[in-house]
Amino acid sequence: MPTHTFKLNGKQISVEAEDNVRLLWVLRDLLGVTGPKYGCALEVCKSCTSHINGKAFNPCSVQVKDIEPADEVTTIEGLPATVGKDLHPMQEAWLKYDVAQCGYCQPGQIMAAVAKVRQAQAEGRDITDADLDELRNICRCGTYSRIREAVKAGAEDMGA
Amino acid sequence: MAEHRRSLDRPSDRPADRRGLLGRRKVLGYLIAAPTLAVGVSWMTNESDPRAADAAVPSVPQPVDIFDLGDLQNLAAAPTSGLITVQLKSDGTAYFAVPRAEVGQGITTAFAMMVAEELDLPMDKVEIALADARPELLMNQLTGGSNSMRSMYLPVRTAAAIARQRLVETAATHWGVEAGKVTTRKGVLSGPSGRTATYGSLAKLAATAKTITVSAELKSPSEFSVLGKPRNRVDAHDIVTGRKQFAMDLDVPGAKPTMVARPPTINGTLRSINNLAALRALPGITDVVGITHGVAIRGETFGQCIDAIQKVDATWGPGTVDDESDTTVLAKLRAAQLPMAAPALPLLTKTIDAEFVFAFTSNSPLEPDCAIADVGPDSAEIWSCLKVPIVAQEDIAKQLGLPIDAVKVHVVQGGGSFGRHLFHDVAAEAAEISQKMGKPVKLSWSRTDNFRQGRTHPMCTSRVRVNYLAGNVLTYEQRHTSVETDFGHGLGEMITAFAADLPVGGNLSFAETIFALTQSSPYNFGVTTQLLNEIPLKFNTGSMRNIYSPNVVCAEELVVDQLAAKMGQDPVRFRRNFLKDQRLLAVLNKAAEVGNWGKAMPKGTAQGVGVHSEYRAAVATLVEIDCRPETVNRPVEGEGVTGPRVTKAVIVVDPGFCINPRGLEAQMFGGLQDAIALALTSSLHIKNGIPLEGSWDNYFYTREWNSPLDVQVVIMPNTSDSPSGAGELSVAPAFAAVACAYARATGTMPTYFPINHGKLSFEPLPLQPSTPQSPTDGLDHTF
Repeated sequence: MPTHTFKLNGKQISVEAEDNVRLLWVLRDLLGVTGPKYGCALEVCKSCTSHINGKAFNPCSVQVKDIEPADEVTTIEGLPATVGKDLHPMQEAWLKYDVAQCGYCQPGQIMAAVAKVRQAQAEGRDITDADLDELRNICRCGTYSRIREAVKAGAEDMGA
Repeated sequence: MAEHRRSLDRPSDRPADRRGLLGRRKVLGYLIAAPTLAVGVSWMTNESDPRAADAAVPSVPQPVDIFDLGDLQNLAAAPTSGLITVQLKSDGTAYFAVPRAEVGQGITTAFAMMVAEELDLPMDKVEIALADARPELLMNQLTGGSNSMRSMYLPVRTAAAIARQRLVETAATHWGVEAGKVTTRKGVLSGPSGRTATYGSLAKLAATAKTITVSAELKSPSEFSVLGKPRNRVDAHDIVTGRKQFAMDLDVPGAKPTMVARPPTINGTLRSINNLAALRALPGITDVVGITHGVAIRGETFGQCIDAIQKVDATWGPGTVDDESDTTVLAKLRAAQLPMAAPALPLLTKTIDAEFVFAFTSNSPLEPDCAIADVGPDSAEIWSCLKVPIVAQEDIAKQLGLPIDAVKVHVVQGGGSFGRHLFHDVAAEAAEISQKMGKPVKLSWSRTDNFRQGRTHPMCTSRVRVNYLAGNVLTYEQRHTSVETDFGHGLGEMITAFAADLPVGGNLSFAETIFALTQSSPYNFGVTTQLLNEIPLKFNTGSMRNIYSPNVVCAEELVVDQLAAKMGQDPVRFRRNFLKDQRLLAVLNKAAEVGNWGKAMPKGTAQGVGVHSEYRAAVATLVEIDCRPETVNRPVEGEGVTGPRVTKAVIVVDPGFCINPRGLEAQMFGGLQDAIALALTSSLHIKNGIPLEGSWDNYFYTREWNSPLDVQVVIMPNTSDSPSGAGELSVAPAFAAVACAYARATGTMPTYFPINHGKLSFEPLPLQPSTPQSPTDGLDHTF
């Protein structure tokens, strides 16, 4: 079986897996990293959203062979370390606004929110409601209002 | 699930003799023989909801239908069986295993608040777990009907209050002082001369060697410092760090990923697997077996199970509704509608007749159905999110041919439920697979399985006829007709606690009884009848954040707006004139004030209002909707629908006693988003025996781009000492408000829900293979 190596949450790791296995299952079933959730494996619900080289992506729809050794994959578990703290400002905002209900979508929501804010900040502007309308992450509990509040608050702290 | 659709005008009624001085209530419980302090409380000795006695409730299947008498005697023999218990550990934490399921509704947080309040303990010293199936609780272990707060509020507080009192008495004896001189605060006991002791240090000393009955006093609401104050979820930190574990995240040794290839129609069966050897030889696959409704595949990763599903060559037998489509079901419903029965009416009486159709909808949460099963020759162990674990345990034991006590059922927190986890379909299937493979399995249904084979809220119609004359409504008749809703899970303590001698025969009469008990018009509309008829089509059905109310109330409130228009009255003024219920009137008035009812709005936009009382609560919802073409036709990238947008919502709720304002607000938010989906976008299209929907880009639950930017929840001052139900509460009035707003904005009353059902807005995924292959282009869509 082929061996794949890449950087996961700050650590270079190696894992044996068939080439075509989607990264989500490599993370969850082979490496025991269960923060990214399975909601559809169709690149639709976005509950597995994680980062590759700092950008949001859905590991359910990437074959492990397409991950390069130098690629840095960050899941919700590795997000705080990207800012050298116990919690990322977006996670703090999620706590402050008590966003979660069941919590199943929230790792993906937070990872998508961080990427969306970075995108806006890279363009030198604040995050807007129009940006947030582009988020496709399903929250079946319907906590969208608090997600909006928290992303805006988290964005301010990310900018600081 | 539902409760009676009335709030009570005088909700605080309570027998005076149950209260002592200071408004404190005396309660009974047991000190249980255990190594450290343990308190048990019976469900029955302290009535959970003294107001509930006024609700005439029918009988459900007697306990014997659920448990054999012998089983019951064995389980009930222990003196402390059937109790809910709070234990104090030596480290000073209070432990409480809730006989309920947490699925996002926030009950673990609310229970922690109750324990913290009565025990004078910091919240972080309260540990709440979910209890395994406890058959001795009979039907007292059901999470549904928005009933958990109402049924558990007194027993949990009682257990905590007794524990606190025992600690005080223990400290007093230990120090040789009067109990009245000992106080408690934040998990520490204080006595005269500055003596202090932590709870943990006295946990063993406070234990009892034999079980004894004791009494204690509950705090009066005026003394509360935790209950009634906003609290964040107890599991919030675990959630935002990805540590919260759902069934699929559990590491049970040997329980490898398992999925099922399924037939192309609902409940189809497997006739033969035509390439078994080839499937077993696929990379990463460990086992393949035929089961009742498919081909079960176990492998090293779920991805390889999905790969194998693509290769399955099987012959399928028919399902249970192969000849049914939306149109055939609707024709059958219309043929089954019960006749109207209005009496002879005066001359000049005018009539409004309306019929509303509600499409099938999916109660699937975001977490796909998942269960772990480890079945051996003599025993079995199950892990899954189960709202009625006792029934699951009994059914699975029967299925496996094992005694009930050989099947251990662990309740896992769920990634949503919305009615889905009242049933244990996935757990039963996991048990079947594990038994056939002789190995532990971690079974996940795929997303497509969840939509196509999982439970649905059935299609239904609501016909309404009103007769009115000279400013009065003489009759209101509503005939609700539905594909059969499965109540196979039983209905738990809210019914059995008041079990009368009503014989219940078959699902229809039971459903009729539930309908009659839960549905009632809040208006003074003269002779009022609301009746249910069901047709026995064998779809997989169940509740979905209530059973009937969202549909019944939406239909009623649309007709109320029509009546108001015919009588030349404003919708809010009309409701004020006709509402019977003072609490509803109060929330309506508040919503109209906060939402600035009647303000000038551009053409193509409008306000709408809906009111509803249930679960001893009252809610009014006011929304604004934008139906202008530039909004309706706004683009969205990829598959998805836009359409009219609800731009603002005000929800005013009178919850009786509000346990946790932040949690209640969250439930109101969620119900609103469900309602927007039900009114505007989300439904299943049934074609030739199966839903066409297979992903969240087909089943259009509300997304950010459909969600209002301005949502306000107003919680009214407490009108009672007892909490009402909240989980399902806000769906019905919000559904009605959105529908009424749409009618006012467009000038056309919608009669088929959701309003976009008539146009299929997606390309259906193939029916075979039953689970589509995952994409590979994820790196092309980064942002």
